[in-house]
Amino acid sequence: MLLVIEHKFFPFKKKREQMCMAVNLETEILFMLLPINNVQQFLNLSKHVLYCSVCFMIMDFLLSHYSRENLENIPALANNPIRRQIIGAFFDKRNQHQNEVGSFEEIGFEQFLMVMSHFRPPTLKTTEEERETMRKEKLRFLFNMHDTDNDGTITLEEYRKAVEELLSKSGAIGQEAAKAIADAAMLEVASTNVPHMAPDDFYEGITFEHFEQILKGLEMESRMHIRFLDVDTTTMHCGRSTS
Amino acid sequence: MPSRTCSHSPSGFGKSLPEQGLLLLVVLVLLEGSVLPLGAASSPDVSHQDDSHNHKVADHGVNATKKVFPVLDVDYHHIQTPFEISLWVLLASLMKLGFHLIPRLSSIVPESCLLIVVGLLVGGLIKLAGEQVPPVLDSRLFFLCLLPPIILDAGYFLPIRPFMENVGTILMFAVVGTVWNAFFVGGLLYAVCQIQPANPSSLHSIELLHCLLFGSIISAVDPVAVLAVFEEIHINELLHILVFGESLLNDAVTVVLYHLFVEYAGVGTVTVMDGFLGVISFLVVALGGVLVGAIYGILAAFTSRFTSHTRVIEPLFVFVYSYMAYLSAEMFHLSGIMALIACGAVMRPYVEANISHKSHTTIKYFLKMWSSVSETLIFIFLGVATVDGPHSWNWTFVTVTVILCLVARVIGVVGLTYIINKFRIVKLTTKDQFIVAYGGLRGAIAFSLGFLLDQNQFAHRKMFLTAIITVIFFTVFVQGMTIKPLVELLAVKKKQEAKRSINEEIHTQFLDHLLTGIEDICGHYGHHHWKDKLNRFNKKYVKKCLIAGERSKEPQLIAFYHKMEMKQAIELVESGGGVKLPSAVPSTVSMQNIQPKKPPPAKAAERALPQLPKGREEEIRKILRSNLQRTRQRLRSYNRHTLVADPYEDGFSDLLIKKQKMIELEKKIKEMNNYLTVPAAPPDSPTMCRARLASGRDTDFKPAQQQKGNKICPDPQAYSMKPVSDSVPVIQVDLASPQSPDSVNVMDEFRRANQEEDQGLMMKPPQGSSGSNKPGEADTTRDQQRLMRCLSDPGPSADEDEDEPFLP
Repeated sequence: MLLVIEHKFFPFKKKREQMCMAVNLETEILFMLLPINNVQQFLNLSKHVLYCSVCFMIMDFLLSHYSRENLENIPALANNPIRRQIIGAFFDKRNQHQNEVGSFEEIGFEQFLMVMSHFRPPTLKTTEEERETMRKEKLRFLFNMHDTDNDGTITLEEYRKAVEELLSKSGAIGQEAAKAIADAAMLEVASTNVPHMAPDDFYEGITFEHFEQILKGLEMESRMHIRFLDVDTTTMHCGRSTS
Repeated sequence: MPSRTCSHSPSGFGKSLPEQGLLLLVVLVLLEGSVLPLGAASSPDVSHQDDSHNHKVADHGVNATKKVFPVLDVDYHHIQTPFEISLWVLLASLMKLGFHLIPRLSSIVPESCLLIVVGLLVGGLIKLAGEQVPPVLDSRLFFLCLLPPIILDAGYFLPIRPFMENVGTILMFAVVGTVWNAFFVGGLLYAVCQIQPANPSSLHSIELLHCLLFGSIISAVDPVAVLAVFEEIHINELLHILVFGESLLNDAVTVVLYHLFVEYAGVGTVTVMDGFLGVISFLVVALGGVLVGAIYGILAAFTSRFTSHTRVIEPLFVFVYSYMAYLSAEMFHLSGIMALIACGAVMRPYVEANISHKSHTTIKYFLKMWSSVSETLIFIFLGVATVDGPHSWNWTFVTVTVILCLVARVIGVVGLTYIINKFRIVKLTTKDQFIVAYGGLRGAIAFSLGFLLDQNQFAHRKMFLTAIITVIFFTVFVQGMTIKPLVELLAVKKKQEAKRSINEEIHTQFLDHLLTGIEDICGHYGHHHWKDKLNRFNKKYVKKCLIAGERSKEPQLIAFYHKMEMKQAIELVESGGGVKLPSAVPSTVSMQNIQPKKPPPAKAAERALPQLPKGREEEIRKILRSNLQRTRQRLRSYNRHTLVADPYEDGFSDLLIKKQKMIELEKKIKEMNNYLTVPAAPPDSPTMCRARLASGRDTDFKPAQQQKGNKICPDPQAYSMKPVSDSVPVIQVDLASPQSPDSVNVMDEFRRANQEEDQGLMMKPPQGSSGSNKPGEADTTRDQQRLMRCLSDPGPSADEDEDEPFLP
């Protein structure tokens, strides 16, 4: 369910900005997407300014944290073959733009927004360079989902695992084929990026550069996006990079 | 479409006939029509028909008296209709052939323009000869015979994903855009006609409704013209699907507007109620068409479930069901084009899973062949009809029409894009808008609709026709010829030619699930959520019903993988044995290179493979050999009902091409080989089996060929001897299959040139590399696969045995 709160709750905003709130009523998890550049600034500000009870409720949600169990209990996710990886991505510190590694025990609103920021679409005004950065960011997000041990390469083992997960809902056939597919895919990566290889050479795994190379054709920057109704996505920014 | 033709029976012929001939003619036409639908329209060369009548009467008279038995008799009229049809088709095909022989012509002028010119010439010749030009672009012929193949081709191969992703935009352009165009052109045209008080020409007498009718005819973008032009400019997928999708989906709008205005042109007034009914009618026509198409599509898919024993008629079901969908939709005055599109798009995924690979190829080629012949004929006929048509040239009307069409299109596209861009994630840039506007070509559908108008009801029919033809010529010639340079000038993104890689497929799927998951976490039910629901439903119920056997449970990714694997196997077989000797490409990436295990363990595993007892290996080899022999023999016995795949026979025909291709292939081959060495899931369909076996055979022969290639001096004549040797049904002949030595030689020559080494004893390097490659996989393969590998890739020890028969 998606609620849109008009700016009247936020009288300090001059521009007619909307605040979009995503509420998952089933699990009582509430996340928000805000047209605000700096999350921290908003959090500080809102403590003083929010006045109505609705807003206090929102505050409550904003300051609460969620653990893996909370996300795993979302019923709609139950059928998703890559559920584990998706949830993992939310708790992955590498996706927070802070050069940290490891994973969170629980995440708050801010971390959530950071992860969601990977799903922004480009706009008409996005310059070529920004697009490139955006694409890199998105690809990095995907790359991190595969690269579970954070060693900078997706090894065959990791890739196999990813494909197995992807096919995990299709029963026995899937599991049998997964390995073959992963192997074929790996071969493809290896042969497109390192065409000449002696029989004794060893291709350790897909580096990020190779990963970029093989997914060049997918136009990730525009394809990897989530469309929220009633949100002017052009104003949806978050993350510290802009502060 | 019949709905359009229903009220006016074919007006192109039958008018000027003498009374007495009329009856016979009708019977004749009906007869011909029922035997050969094309005949109904393309033959009626009125004078001929008349002759034939007399001729037949005379015949009857003669029969009574005894006469010398005619040893040689000429009866042209007996075969006239099919003969003329064949002539037309032949002309069309030869023209198509000819254009591509002239070197640079086809890169400058689009084919459609050339064909129209040819049509003009042919029409002129017929006129010069004093004959009456046959009404070739008769509406019945056009809508019932020429159009469906093109649309089915488009629908069956419609790229569903981009289409569905942009369906909102496409519908916006197709519905709102077309309505806007129709009313803008019609309305302003009426205004212009009334504006000249000083010149009370015939234009004053045009009614508003007639103008609107004309506007609705002229405003629809034509799929045939769009296809013809856009296929040559290789524009990016988004723009292609936008313009092309629009041209397909605006059919419903055109049908409704056309009927509406034809209906009310007689009455003269339109009320709000009528407009409302028109909207309802539009929904019925569009959705009804889609529904009819979907029903037939599902029927076709269901039928194809049971065709596994009669593969030869499989392709027929696709064509017949689609054609019936088209006809059924037309019967109810629904949109036939939309029915065809829906039918093709619905049936394709299921049919493809059911039918054999050969049938799939057949369908592909038949559709392409039919559609290209139809397209060629349409353009030629357009030219002929231009020469023939009753023209009435009116400068004001024609120029104003052309200008208004352009202006309306530009305003429509820019205005609609402004609205659409608010909702789109991938915005349409100014360049995109320009191409969409510029790509709005008009074509033969408009002409046929104009042709259908009743001369009595519409006094300006001739003028309309002339204007329509002018607009068509303007768009096809001017826009069609300039769009290519413009695309290059504006640096519009082109289509990426690269075929889809497996990594891309994996990540497309991955992304789908990822986005669905994120949406679910946010509790937001967006596009991905519903798409996922639909997929789940499809997998759970629909596929079970419509797809036979195990393949119904096959997820898309695996299906894709199998398809790719098979394509490579077939390419490998077709391109001959030379394809990929492991040694031919000295530096390859093979399984071993990516295998997580380090070389030493891999080596150990490698040793494990040859451990198969030598005796057992011999046995396997024997089985394989006898099997091969049997296959060849079985092939020799011709059976009408089972078409057994014979990759070798395929190979012979295009031997020469292959030889040429070999060089280009070399690089590709490298990749192919990689795939081939990957263990595959157990074969699940007979085709797969066959393809794999075939490829296996192929590799089996490699050592022999190799040896031969190395030991025998490269003989340029080697392949020419092949057919002879092929006819001997012995296994050895197969092994020495002509294209293989040939290709090997080519490869070897290259390598020699490159390395400038003494390759006298080539055996060693290949053995080494192939041997080391295989072992790497061995540990990952299951027993069955190992067996297969063993069959397909003889260990070093086996080489000697195999070689012996071939040593000179």
